[in-house]
Amino acid sequence: MTIKPIFTLKTALKSLWRNRMMSIASISSVSATLIILGIIFALIININAMAQSAKDQFNSIQVYIGDDVSAEERESLQTTIEGITGVDQVIYESRSDALEQMKESWQDNAYLLEGLEENPLPNSFIVYLTDIYYSAQVVSTMSTLPGVEEVKSYQDIVETLLNFTEMMRKAGMIIMFVLIAISTFIIHNTIKLAVNARRREINIMKYVGATNWFIRWPFLTEGTLLGMMGAGVSTLVMKFLYTYVYDLLNSDFYALISAYVVKPEVLVGDLIFLFFIIGAGIGALGSIWSMRKYLNV
Amino acid sequence: MIEFQNVSKKYDNGVMALDNVNIKIEKGEFVFIVGPSGAGKSTFIKTILKEVDVSTGKIWVDETNITRLHRRRIPYLRRKVGVVFQDFRLLPNKTVYENIAFAMEIVGTNQRIIRKQVPMILALVGLMGKGNVYPNQLSGGEQQRVSIARAMINNPPILIADEPTGNLDPETSWEIMKILRTINRRGTTILMATHDREIVDIMRKRVIALEKGNVARDDKIGVYGYDD
Repeated sequence: MTIKPIFTLKTALKSLWRNRMMSIASISSVSATLIILGIIFALIININAMAQSAKDQFNSIQVYIGDDVSAEERESLQTTIEGITGVDQVIYESRSDALEQMKESWQDNAYLLEGLEENPLPNSFIVYLTDIYYSAQVVSTMSTLPGVEEVKSYQDIVETLLNFTEMMRKAGMIIMFVLIAISTFIIHNTIKLAVNARRREINIMKYVGATNWFIRWPFLTEGTLLGMMGAGVSTLVMKFLYTYVYDLLNSDFYALISAYVVKPEVLVGDLIFLFFIIGAGIGALGSIWSMRKYLNV
Repeated sequence: MIEFQNVSKKYDNGVMALDNVNIKIEKGEFVFIVGPSGAGKSTFIKTILKEVDVSTGKIWVDETNITRLHRRRIPYLRRKVGVVFQDFRLLPNKTVYENIAFAMEIVGTNQRIIRKQVPMILALVGLMGKGNVYPNQLSGGEQQRVSIARAMINNPPILIADEPTGNLDPETSWEIMKILRTINRRGTTILMATHDREIVDIMRKRVIALEKGNVARDDKIGVYGYDD
């Protein structure tokens, strides 16, 4: 048996048009699912991006050295720290270097630092870790070393951030899963209506000797088309929605945040791909599910 | 052409629809299946079409043992067996032509051949020129002719007619019988379940009577033999 793509497509479109109210309901449902899914996806992607850049920033530990520590003592201290497991690199930052850097990062407000009579900043080491995993261990070891005044790590922040992203990702997955299930169910119902309306036809087809796949194809095409139409609608909606939000964040007021926000072109590019696969999948699954019962004649 | 060897069918609800049935039908025969309601006629037909599976025994259709036929092979069995029903089962939203062409499209026949064959079969059942009419514009007898045309369009070696005259007046019934006889003379084996005493008695064909799932009679030239 040969499958005629044009014949199949024509039959499917005709049937979709005949049940257009249900078709619109299905497309809306798939779109709604995909849009919510897209929003969650956008949030997760952005939170991930932010977490990543934050992690890179907070991946270091600052070790302040007492003022009474001599240059030799300082060098032996550096060697000791470099020997601790998990330490990747130790960089010495003198108090004057630190001040310079502060001036640089404060930019226009740097004049505030001009008024200082003496440099209030301590000498310090910046310790980079091979992995954030060693953080707690390294911090406690360094705290006991002589000459170390204070150890400042961002471990808590990083951990909170990582936990938060992990939680978001899990919650997102669960919501996505539920939404996909709901959409599949709605498509299943639409196709069931179409199948029901054509039960007689299917019955006759069975008697004349049509194979199950011959009967299934038009409905499968119908479901998949519904899913892809939903994908098309939601892609457009997400494109406008996300571009709008992005432009809003990009206005001067939120400029600080927008540096981390994923660009619309990148996001929409990912979404189109995701939407069409999920949309077609929901449609195909829903229609095969609704056919099962009727094919056993 | 069709052979039942010790076939029994017991439904899940305990009803013994067929009880050790042995029947052999040769190629080109015309056989009436008679018997009271619930005697097993429907089950008998359904087993040939593989709509129900038998409990024990073996069934052969056109040289093939269909007792343990894979589900995927069932469509190909049905292409060898044309079926006509009491209620015609035509698609109301398709024309006569489309209803018949539909059966050919299903088996993947080329449109060029379909355009040639459909008028020929319409001529055979006496519906020439009615191709563009919808079923609800036809009389019952004409609708049954369309359904016979649809059953025969793919040239199956066997035709099963399940009370084909059940909804028709006597005169129309005879027209249908004439068509079936013509088809039979062209070599198609015909199996017809019926309650129509007059037809069975006048046609003088083989009669198999089923009662409570058993073959009660099997006469080469039989009569209806019931009082209903």
